[in-house]
Amino acid sequence: MSRTDSPAVPSTGDVSGKAIRLEQVTKRYPGQASPAVDGITLEIPAGKIVMLVGPSGCGKTTTLKMINRLIEPTEGRIVLGDDDVTDIDGDDLRRRIGYVIQAGGLFPHMTVATNIGIVPKMLGWSKERIAARVDELLELVSLDPATYRDRFPRELSGGQQQRVGVARALAADPPVLLMDEPFGAVDPITRQRLQDELINIQHELQKTIVIVTHDFDEAVKLGDWIVVFSEGAHIVQYDTPERILAEPANEFVENFIGSGAGLKQLTLSRVGDVDLEEAVVASPGESGAEVLARAKAAGHNHAVVVDERNRPIAWPSTRQLSRLTTVPSTVDDDLPVIGSGATLNDALDTMLVSSAGAALVTGRRDSFIGVITVEVVMEAITRARKAAAVAADYTPVGTNTGPLDALPTSTAGSLPTADSEAAPGGDARPADGGRP
Amino acid sequence: MSAAAAAPVAGARGRPRRAWLALLPQPIAVLLGFVAFAVWLSVADLTAGERTTLNTDTLLSLMREHLALTFVSALIVLVIAIPLGILLTRKPFVKVSGGILAVANFGQAAPAIGLIVLLAFWLGFEFRAAVVALVLYAVLPVLRNTMIGLQSVDARLVEAGRGMGMSAFSVLMKVELPLAVPVMLSGIRTALVLLVGSAALATFIGAGGLGLLITTGVNLFLPRVLVSGAILIALLALLIDWLGRLVEHVARPKGL
Repeated sequence: MSRTDSPAVPSTGDVSGKAIRLEQVTKRYPGQASPAVDGITLEIPAGKIVMLVGPSGCGKTTTLKMINRLIEPTEGRIVLGDDDVTDIDGDDLRRRIGYVIQAGGLFPHMTVATNIGIVPKMLGWSKERIAARVDELLELVSLDPATYRDRFPRELSGGQQQRVGVARALAADPPVLLMDEPFGAVDPITRQRLQDELINIQHELQKTIVIVTHDFDEAVKLGDWIVVFSEGAHIVQYDTPERILAEPANEFVENFIGSGAGLKQLTLSRVGDVDLEEAVVASPGESGAEVLARAKAAGHNHAVVVDERNRPIAWPSTRQLSRLTTVPSTVDDDLPVIGSGATLNDALDTMLVSSAGAALVTGRRDSFIGVITVEVVMEAITRARKAAAVAADYTPVGTNTGPLDALPTSTAGSLPTADSEAAPGGDARPADGGRP
Repeated sequence: MSAAAAAPVAGARGRPRRAWLALLPQPIAVLLGFVAFAVWLSVADLTAGERTTLNTDTLLSLMREHLALTFVSALIVLVIAIPLGILLTRKPFVKVSGGILAVANFGQAAPAIGLIVLLAFWLGFEFRAAVVALVLYAVLPVLRNTMIGLQSVDARLVEAGRGMGMSAFSVLMKVELPLAVPVMLSGIRTALVLLVGSAALATFIGAGGLGLLITTGVNLFLPRVLVSGAILIALLALLIDWLGRLVEHVARPKGL
């Protein structure tokens, strides 16, 4: 397979994932007129997160389950790495592919450790090796092994169960992870945290991850690539989140993105990725006049007070400073603080709530690293839009070649269909130069 | 987070003790019943006719016969109903499960006494006929509960198991059956209690058991023999019900 990395998403570190290729895969159920999945050809690059999104019943879950052959395809080939796995033993194949379902799907009568150890046990690992692996994986998903190892799923919260589900899928270090609506059953706050953790884990492990979701925001947040499906698993667009937001292939995709595409772009950039503004930093005990002078010299209206471990504790304005003789060590609880790993969306939210029009950014161990303002966010959006408008020189293949094709499927790219409804079977690579 | 997670653990630890305590009254009551009966038997002023049946040797051998009928039938019921229940919940056989359940239903709906007598004409007036009738009578609760237990296992867990590369058989043995055990055991307990009760009818075809006390009591108008039989059967049923509960409690998978 000729795979080059997209310059927009440079790979870092060792890629432990394998590429997946579906070649003209079709699934027909007996007694149904139209196939559930219609001649799909889909290339999933190694070490990337690919999101399958679409309305319910569009065949995205069927497509996912055909990758590990939980659902056997009626026609077509499935290639994992360099191996054609269409005809090998299904159970064997599935032991080599991690699988995560909604709410974790943990076995309630087994402890966390037993649950995680299922696949290694089937693969004949020794007890000691399994125990060590279980602890390693629990650490990876931020659960304390000593506390959680011997618990039963019932004794865990929904988010913790989902984490154990991810750990279980990773147990035998499979190159590929399939996730079916993994974060659908947890509350929004936990979901956000789990998504962030998955991003971190992926940063470390570089697996090939395929995730089915109906939540477009989740797709934008997690995906290196997004496949937008319409009925019958017809690929409408297969592109990076940036490009799908900036240039949806047609009205179907536009409708699917919903309103606020611009706002959604804010979830694509992290606070740590933008150029933060500097601030005047003061410590408790300094003279107010001195700090005021420094702030004025720098042309700033505020100064940031940090404690001995460089954590921000207060953010007085110049007016407040002028009234102080020494900088106090009191901690302001309402300080607008945001971590560098948060999205610009979260940052904007914090700013708007704080009414300061800006927020303090903290990095490792909550130490202060800079100030983010609305202007910084605006600039980042503008830059992202410009970058997305430039076509990436690599896009993975994603087409349908079913008999229902209304359009000739050429690999040379295509125009968005005049027909406003989902272009059935249209080539989903607008990036290839067919665009005016 | 740890405080919140600790709460259900404490709850889980508190529950089994209460469950154990709830298991206590029944065997004590049964034991007291047996003791009271034994005391009455030794001090009661019984006629010679009553003494021919109400003596320790006869009673013990009748009880042995009764238990033999019960447990042999129960064993056969398990051997038939559990594999059948498993089979009928597997995909290729789901379609025929309705028909089989109807047959099993018929077995239970038919009056046990009629079933026993009819089978006796076919198989002879002996132990074998009684066992066959009892099996037909008790197969339904075990079959139905095996099927319900397996069907009530969350389909997502089965999918998770298959998705991890467990074979269909291994999912059945390691996931479905362990999770279905509580429901299956309650069906088995129901069947056992049914069997203890209906084994009393075996006496009508000369297959023995404690039912003999009742028929003797009725035929010879010996009310004390009749009541003794009824009491012993009731105590036996209660004892077996308790044993069933005990097994259910011990075999219940942890973590549920």
